[in-house]
Formats: sequence, C-alpha cells, structure tokens
Amino acid sequence: MSVLIGAGTRLVVQGITGREGTFHTLRNRDYGTQVVAGVTPGKAAADVEGIPVFDTVVDAIRETGANTSMIFVPPRFAAEAILEAADAGIALVVCITEGIPVRDMANVHSYLKGVPTTLVGPNCPGVISPGAANVGIIPGEICAQGRVGLVSRSGTLVYQIVHELTQEGLGQSTCVGMGGDPVHGIGFIESLAAFQADDGTDLVVMVGEIGGDDEERAAAFIAEHVTKPVVGYIAGFEAPPGKRMGHAGAIVTGSKGTAAAKAEALEAAGVRVGRTPTQVAELVKATLG
Amino acid sequence: MDLYEHQGKDVFRAHGIATPRGIVATTGEEAADATRELGGRSVVKVQVQIGGRGKGGGVVLVDSPERAAEEAERMLRDGFKDMPVTRVLVEELLPIAQEYYTSFVLDRSAGDYLGMMTAEGGMDIEELAATRPEAIRRVHVDPMLGLRTYHVRELTGTLPPEAREGAADVLRKLAEILTDRDATLVEVNPLVLLEDGRVVALDAKVTVDDNALWRQPDIDELRSSFPIDPVEARAKATGLQYVKLDGDVGIIGNGAGLVMSTLDVVAQAGAKAANFLDVGGGASADLMATSLEVILSDPAVKAVLINIFGGITRCDLVAQGVLEALARIDANVPIVVRLDGTNARLGREILNEAAHPRIVAATTMLEAAQRAADLAKAAA
Repeated sequence: MSVLIGAGTRLVVQGITGREGTFHTLRNRDYGTQVVAGVTPGKAAADVEGIPVFDTVVDAIRETGANTSMIFVPPRFAAEAILEAADAGIALVVCITEGIPVRDMANVHSYLKGVPTTLVGPNCPGVISPGAANVGIIPGEICAQGRVGLVSRSGTLVYQIVHELTQEGLGQSTCVGMGGDPVHGIGFIESLAAFQADDGTDLVVMVGEIGGDDEERAAAFIAEHVTKPVVGYIAGFEAPPGKRMGHAGAIVTGSKGTAAAKAEALEAAGVRVGRTPTQVAELVKATLG
Repeated sequence: MDLYEHQGKDVFRAHGIATPRGIVATTGEEAADATRELGGRSVVKVQVQIGGRGKGGGVVLVDSPERAAEEAERMLRDGFKDMPVTRVLVEELLPIAQEYYTSFVLDRSAGDYLGMMTAEGGMDIEELAATRPEAIRRVHVDPMLGLRTYHVRELTGTLPPEAREGAADVLRKLAEILTDRDATLVEVNPLVLLEDGRVVALDAKVTVDDNALWRQPDIDELRSSFPIDPVEARAKATGLQYVKLDGDVGIIGNGAGLVMSTLDVVAQAGAKAANFLDVGGGASADLMATSLEVILSDPAVKAVLINIFGGITRCDLVAQGVLEALARIDANVPIVVRLDGTNARLGREILNEAAHPRIVAATTMLEAAQRAADLAKAAA
C-alpha cells in the first residue's frame, strides 16, 4: 500500500520533450511507472521512445486515460501547465519545475481551492512509492519497499534520510518531496493525514527546515489527529539568521522560524526529533522495535 | 530582492503614493547640499536592506546642513549593523499629526496576500502584534479577486475618520504594486496623517520576488546597487548559492537542505562551518571546480568538506571537478569527500585512482563531518 501514487497511476508528462523531461520520464518508466502520454504544445504526433505526445492534457486523457501529471515545463509557463492539468480533471499533479513566480503560484493556489486536483510541488523532487511507481527525480535505487512514510521540504534531504532508512533495513511505503516554495501544494498536514489513513504505513518521518511555520502547524495537527508514531528532523540549527526587511512576516506567523523553535514544537506534540539524519533512522528503528 | 527605502519610494511614487521630498546622497557634502535645498533642516536616513534603523541610529533629524554632513559621513564611514553603507536618503521634515502602520505581505500558509493596518504606528509593531493583536486589523486578499472595497473599509475603519479616505487610496495603490510589480512585501511604517490632512508614506519597504525579476526589468537593474562580498559575487555569477560564515570548515554540498544539515552535523562534531555553499542540482565538473576555488580563496578555511548526494547530480562529474580544481589551484588544506547516490561508486573510484595527497575519502555523512572537524582543529 502507499499514498498518492501506486500501481494505478497512469502518468502524463507535461514538457516531455525537454532534455530533463525526457531523461526523467524514461527513468520513471524504467522503474515501473505506467507512463502513458506526454504533452508538448505543437509536437503532437511525435513520440518519445514509444510514449505518444499530445498537444493538450485533454487530448492525452481522452486517448490514454491518464490520471496523474508530472510537470517539467520551464518556470514562465509552469503555472499555466498546472492550471491546464487541473482543468482537464487530472487527480494528482506533481510539479518539478523550480523558479515559478510566487504571484503565479498564488493564483494557482486560489484556483485549486475549487477543484478536486491535488498538487505536489512546485520546486520538488516528486513522489515515490517504492516497488510500485516513481513520479519525479528521486533515485529509485536508494529506496526500498516497506512501511515507513516520509515527507520532506528539502529534496536532497529526502535522499539522505531515505538512504539512512534503507541502510538500516527500513523500507518506505511512500516518500513525498513537497518542495520548499512559499506557496505550494500539499504540505506536512495533508501528507500526515494521508499516511495516518494508509494501511501500509506504520510510522511517518517528517523532514523540515528553517523558515515559515509549516512545522509548527504540523505539530499542532499531529497532537490532534495523528496516532501513528512520527519521527522528525529539522535542518538549519547552524544556518545564518536571514536578514529581514519588514515586520510583516513575523507578525503573520508569530514565529521566528528557527530550527530550535520548530524542534521544540514537534517534541511538545510527542514527536521524537533526530539531531542528525543517521539519528533519525536510529529513532525509527527503536520506535518500530 | 529587498529594495532600499529610496528605491521603494520610487516605486510608490510611480504608482501615485505620496512620499516626502527626498534626495539621495553618497557623501557628506551632498547631504549638506540636499539639506540646504530642503530648507535647512532634514532627516538623514541610512539606506540598508535591513530593518531596525530607527532604534539603531540610522534615522537622524538635523537642523543644519553641517549637521546633515556630519551624520551622513558617520553613516557612510561606520556602516550599519555590520552592513556597508553607500548612500543615505535626505528628506524634508513634515508636520505630522498622527502615525499609522500598514502592509501587505504574501502569506505562505494561506497562499494569499495578508493586508494589515493599525492606528498605532511606530517602531514597536511586533510587540503590539504579540501583546495586543486585536489592535491590528487584518484582511486576506485572494490574488485572483484582488483588494475589494469591503477590505478597504475594514482596514481603514480603525483610523480616525479624517484619515480614512487618504489611507484607502494608499491601500489600493499598494495592492496594485503587489500584482503589477510582483512584490511579496509592501510595508509603510509609518504611514502618516499630516496636519494639513494629507496621508503620506514616510517609509517604504518593498520586497520583489526573485523568481519574477525577468518580467520586472527596471527592478532587476537595481540589483547592482547592493554591496556584496567579492567572494559571494563570484559565486553568484557562476550560479552558486554562497554565504560566508565565521568558522573554519569549508562546506560544499548539493541542495539547500542537505547543506544546512551538513552545517549542523559539523557543529555537532565540534567545529564551525566557514560558509554555506550549495552547488544546486546537476552540478558539472566545472561548477565543482569553481566552488572549490571559491571556498579555498577564504583564508579562514582549515579543512574542506564536500558532501554530495547525487540525484540529478552525478558523482563521477563531481569527482572530476574536484580533481580539475586541484590541478588548477594549489590547495594547502585537506579536502574530505563524501559521495553517495547517482554514480557514487564511479566517483569514488576516480578519486581513489587519482590518490591526491589532499583528498580524504569518507563513506558516510557523519564520518565525513567528524574527519573534517578533526582536521580543522588539528590545523588551528
């Protein structure tokens, strides 16, 4: 079992004909993901190693029954690509693109409130359900099938911590790289809720970092709604304090966004917080017994 | 990108928001001339990309051109909170009746814009938010619908009646700056009601989204006005994220999260990082070589730790880059290298075969951090 993606995933790749798009599409297919279509405006009728390419997401769904989209479109056009996928009725959109203007993402965020589409990203490494499907750029070979769920803001920390888990013999149900952009799709709370409801997940690892108040809000959610054990990690105890212009940011969150404050909030909610990636794997092992 | 106050005020004026008359000065003499032009008295304001100027001696009222020159020279000479200062803003003094605070900021949690206003302006706005949050009115603005009339009524309703119309006009124009100029923060502290009834922005804090600078070319041009450490400038020009810190272990990693985690693990091993350097995704051999050159140009560095977990990044290219850099420059400190992920085995083999006397191979992140910390301590 897994969350978000699995054996039923039928993937369409928006931006499939770009260099990165092609490379990762083929890696995802080699992993076992059902990649059924690609979309690049103006390149319909071409194909990428046997994967048919369409002009629009609507065409791709009609012809192939795609239900999940992965986006490798350049930042200037990526928000448009998310809207197109959502409007076409895609259930899950995973946007890898980095550098999308935040105003464009705020518009997307507003639109998505009214539709049933789930967004992961942007600026994220994607989602992998080991043994079933890989949508994104997380290297499949460092993962192992198992019962630990993982959600992270940072991409390379997904790799580091998954690697530590796998080395300890702790496989994963699903790993979610939610991305670090200010306005993004699903976060810790939605991921924790999904893992809580998933029969294939026994424990959740959440990997945060300095800035914002996502971790503090996740801590409050865990205290209320999560009965499965959660192990945490926060990067940035030694990071230089960012210079701050105005007061408005601090007034909004009421939080300093420091690693220490986040770790404290999680521990107060009963989360065991590892101080190194290695210690995270040790805590998971100790908790699962 | 955080704009200087005077640049923020240029944006304000371009959108029709009233600000005091002001002149930018880069020398004491220019500040004196500006003060003369403004009638012999002025306020001299240090131009930096951080807040806290009022409390920190960065805003000074002067009653003569000579005093203006004195204060400007002090600010330009001493800097502000360790930041170099290249310019001050000299502004006219206005007869102020009341001070307020207003801002719009991108609210990450809600994914929209939060507008705020309070009749209690001044410097301790964060304290007010903590102790009497009800004194600050807030509205959430949907980015697609924009600022509505009822939002404006709600926010200005906290002000005395004589200030409402002027403040409403400022709010509409600030909201316009959010969307037209890709701002993620516009803050006016204080917004003032003058004795003659006009509402004027006495300060301006504007932050523009870095990801949107390609469609804001005139704001992008301001980039060159900000002072930057020469090593940081070189790193930036090659697409590296580099921040100088005060320890002695040079750090290179890929991905901001992993680099931050590396700083933490080095600290736990008993040493301090000399920098934060993120080579980003898909680092090439050439980029690795430049990174190493940047790190080694810092004389405080006693040991280097390269921590790479390859996803898009290929470890064989990282290894080649390290060797290329060492062929170009004379490294006199040990370099601990830990490679994992895509093509890691190949990368380790390349380093093994080269058998460079400065390279120390490590197999895990913890081990690498411990080795680098120990080597730095031994050299100190």
